[in-house]
This record gives sequence, C-alpha cells and structure tokens, in this order.
Amino acid sequence: MTEEITPETFEHLVHLAALELNAEEAQYLRRQLNNQLKAIHELEAIPLPDEVAITSHGVPYTPSITPPIRNDEWLPNSDTKSILSQAPDTDEGYIVVPDIPHTDLD
Amino acid sequence: MELYEFPAYHLVEMIKRREVSATEVLESTLNRIAKVDGIPGKIEQEEGTDQQPDRIHAFITLTADRARQQAQAIDHAVVSGEEVGPLAGVPFTVKDIFCVTGTPSTAASRILANFTAPYSATPAERLEAAGGVLLGKVNLDEFTYGSSNESSAFKPFPRNPWNTARVTGGSSGGSAAAVAAGEGALSLGTDTAGSIRQPAAFCGVVGMKPTYGRVSRYGLIAFGSSLDCPGPLARNVTDAALMLQVIAGADRHDATAANLPVENYVAMLEDNIRGLRVGISPDYFRITYPDPETGELHQESLSPEIETAALRAAGRLAEMGADIVDDIPMPHTRYGIPAYFVISRVEAASNLHRFDGVKYGYRTPDAVEDLNEMYRKTRGQAFGVQPKLRILMGMYVSAAQYSEQYYNRALRVRTLIRKDFDDIFDPNGKYRLDALLAPTTPTTAFPIGDVYGDSVLMQYADQLTVPANHAGLPAISLPCGYDKEGLPIGFQLIGPDFCEATLLRLGRAYELATENDAWREIKPAI
Repeated sequence: MTEEITPETFEHLVHLAALELNAEEAQYLRRQLNNQLKAIHELEAIPLPDEVAITSHGVPYTPSITPPIRNDEWLPNSDTKSILSQAPDTDEGYIVVPDIPHTDLD
Repeated sequence: MELYEFPAYHLVEMIKRREVSATEVLESTLNRIAKVDGIPGKIEQEEGTDQQPDRIHAFITLTADRARQQAQAIDHAVVSGEEVGPLAGVPFTVKDIFCVTGTPSTAASRILANFTAPYSATPAERLEAAGGVLLGKVNLDEFTYGSSNESSAFKPFPRNPWNTARVTGGSSGGSAAAVAAGEGALSLGTDTAGSIRQPAAFCGVVGMKPTYGRVSRYGLIAFGSSLDCPGPLARNVTDAALMLQVIAGADRHDATAANLPVENYVAMLEDNIRGLRVGISPDYFRITYPDPETGELHQESLSPEIETAALRAAGRLAEMGADIVDDIPMPHTRYGIPAYFVISRVEAASNLHRFDGVKYGYRTPDAVEDLNEMYRKTRGQAFGVQPKLRILMGMYVSAAQYSEQYYNRALRVRTLIRKDFDDIFDPNGKYRLDALLAPTTPTTAFPIGDVYGDSVLMQYADQLTVPANHAGLPAISLPCGYDKEGLPIGFQLIGPDFCEATLLRLGRAYELATENDAWREIKPAI
C-alpha cells in the first residue's frame, strides 16, 4: 500500500509544527502516522447522510445549563512577579526573545 | 488495619470525633509512601526505568511540608470546635496535569519540567478548601498521551501495585497506582478517552469520569478540550461520591462548566436500585485489533475472563433489583477510536502550540539565528514522541485540503456515536435505560514494554471507554474480580448526561452485593 504521508508531506508538516527532528525520530513518527491513518480510514465505511451534522461537544449546551456570559471585568493579578519569573529570559519586566524574522513590504 | 488503609469517609468521621488526628493519618500515609513508592520520577533519569522494579513510583513531587501544615490546621480547627470541610484530613494526590499553586506542574514533560504553577486548578483548589491534605503530584503519560504511563518523561514511570512488571494503565496511572497502594485515599485524575477508568480497572480501584462540564477544567493543562474531564479515583464508591461532590459545579473561570446544581451524591448512595434498567450490548463484548504485521483491523471476541466478570457483575445488580436488558444495539462503538484519532489530535495540536519557549517552560540552550529556530529547537528537544505524533497528525487531518475527508467526517461520526446513546437512554424510546454496563478494558494490565511503541495498538486499549468521551457522558469503572494471573478486572456503567448520582447508586449497590465475596479480601502484595 502506498504511504499517504510521503517524506515530502512529512517535511511540510514538521515545518508547520515548528519541530526539529533527528532522522531516526522522523522515520519512526512518519511510520506511526501512516499506521494511524489506516485506522482512521475505517471511518469511510460509515454512511453519512447529509442530515448528519457535526458534533463539536458531546453534551448539548442548552440555555438551562449554560453559564451566563460574565461581565468583562478587569481583575488585577496579585502576583505578576511569579508569572514573569517563569519566562526563560526577561529584562525589566519584558520577556526577551531572539530576533523576530520580518519581511520589509514594498 | 493501618490508618492509611481507611476509606476517606471513615477518616473524616474519626477526625471530626477526635478519635484520630489528621496529622496521625498523614504520617501513616507518608510512612506508607516511604515504604512502597521508591524514588520519584525525575527528568534526568532517562535510564532510570528499571531502577527499583519492585516499587510503585507514583510520585513526581511529594509535598510533605505543605501536607503537614494542612493537617495541623485541620487538627487545630477540630480542637477549637471550628467547622471543618467534608474532606477534613483526607490525604489525596493530584495528577501532574493540574496546576496547583507553588508546585511544579510538569504534565510529565521536559517542556514543563521547570514550570511552577502560579495558580491552582479549580478542582484541586476545591479539594484543599474542603480540608483535603495534598500529598503531592503524581505521574502520568506525557501530556496524558498514552494508556500505560510509559511515555512519561519522568522516570521511573509508575508500576502496577498488583504486579510491578505490569503497566498501571493511563494516563492517570500514578493516580490509580497511588490509590491502590495506599498512598492517599483519593486522587484527582482526568479522562479524555478512558484515562481515569482504564487505569482504575488495571489497578483495581474505582474511577469516575463525570459528564463533560460537570467539573471545571480551569487549571487543567489541556489535551482535547471538547473531551477532557477531571474526576475522582478512590478505593470505594462512597469516597468517589464524596470527592465528586466537592469538585463538581459551576465555575466563573470555565464557561463550559455546566450551570447546574450539584446533587447530594453521598445522601443518595444507598437508595434502592429496584427497577433501574441496565443494558448490555454485544457491541461492547467484541473488540477491534490492528494486525501487528499489516496494521489491518479485525474484530475478536473479548477475553472470556473479562466477559464472564462483566456479566457476573450484571447478575449481581439484578439480584439487587435492577432490570437487565440484553441485546442493546450500539452500532458505532467500533468507530470510537478512528474518530478519536482525528478529533483528539486536532485539539491537541492546537493546545500544544502555546509551548514555544517564550513565556514559561523549557527554552533551548543552543545558539539560534532567530525566533523560528528557537521554536523548532525548543519543541524538538523538549517534546517526547507522543506530543510530536499528536501535533503532526492534528495538522495533517485539519489541513484545508483534508479537513472535509478527515476532521469533519470524524465530527459527524461523533454525532452517530452520541445518537447511539441518545436512543438507548431516551425515556420514551424502545430501551429506556438508566445505564449501560460494559467491560472497562479489552485486557487486564499488560506487561511493561509489550505495547509501547505501537501507537495504534496502544490507542485501541481505550476502545471501550472512548465512546462515552465522544458523547460527553458520565461513566464509572468498578473492580469486579481478578483474572487467572491475579490482575484486577473492571466493568463500567455509562449513564445519561448529569446522571452521576444514578451511576454511583448502582456502583454502591454492586459493592453491597459483593461485600462478602472472597475476591474482595484480596489486596495488592506490594
């Protein structure tokens, strides 16, 4: 059976996913993805008439159980230092990142 | 009987009556942990999997000092005659997928190994507010992605207290193992495809996945946001009910937490089950497996031991007055895993984009040219293979050119899975069931190393649990005996939306029916 996710498609996915992989890892992951797709193709055996809509949540969110939208209130955080201290690199309250690539527009 | 072995509800009564102090209960439990748990999971112990193979290794972080302060506060309140909460002095653990203020909250991943949560998840906060004593954070599959705990980046990963050469199940494996081994009466887990019920079955404890939205997901590090459910693991149904009562309910921080009053589960536990209709479906007694060579899927009968144990459980419920209804059609059960392969991956890929080395967690120490290279190196170095698999599949099946074929199709199949349940629970329908009874797992706990590496086979370990997640329904797994190797077998009861009270009642009736059975006397040898 031909592989659905070819090395080229895989490379594209890895780029979109912002991952750097070694060759051994890439080979394992691509093989597993193709194996998983064999299971996913089981879904094609099911007749799906047009009236079958999508379900994005199992439990219907009826008005009686849905919380009311709360007011858009500003609540200050009491401990911003501990949040900022989690960042790998900071400078005077700013988070520092490497150079951000940009393209000059004409 | 040592204090660490007592049920949570019993401990609360004894502590309130001052027959025992919360500190004594805690010290008994900490001694038990010191005796059975061994070294905690650590990120740098990559080769540590085989160290101490006769220990449980449930913990990543033990919070003994915090626990001692909490226990002392309970004791002080009791002596002073102050009101204490419904879990006063009960030692509990939290799966390390929840943020708890001031604790490392790692998701068992290198990418969060250095992250300390600045706030607490709502269910964890409610457990502490109710007087629970936090023992620590327990291990899991990385980001909950697995059914055995072998994918944790924190080694050694947990081992099954009934046989430490076997897996705990997962992803709430540390939770189930800790509860089974007497390392805390309760544990807070999560269930996305069976991650509470499957390890509960493998470790011989009670595990409940509440209705989606019954328990807030605030502070839970997200996997599949339309599927994730926090819930209790406990050694008996009463303790599970007590814990659910504390963690359930609306939450201003989670718009998907249902705005519905929480019933008094404990008070209703021993109400008569006479006349409750419990269904059995042949579709839950045959299983699908991928051929190890070709990957082709084929159907098999369930193991006779598991089938017999589940049917025997139905018989015991019948003795207690339930009406058992056979031959319930659940035709889309077998499509639960294929649909899950798509839906959960899309949601996981979306949720994992936040881990980028900028705001918190791991950042590559390597020199980089720019931000994009930092992202790639950070994520490449710090995610294990399971998160990587989920990101890549999620991106593939939701890509514009494939989403109709895969993602939208899976969401429509999810509609059919839900409809199977709507039909059998319809109070005006043909079957009018109060619950569906089924085995929890296709096998008992498998040997460490047997399945890990084959991501399709591992996913099929959840094939009997995942339909309830697609449908959002509550389900509870209960121990119902042992196989010939002495490993626990579990069965589950699945009910209509927000009918946790009925499932807990049925579970309690089953406990009462079997309380004098010889198998109830067996304890893990650890």
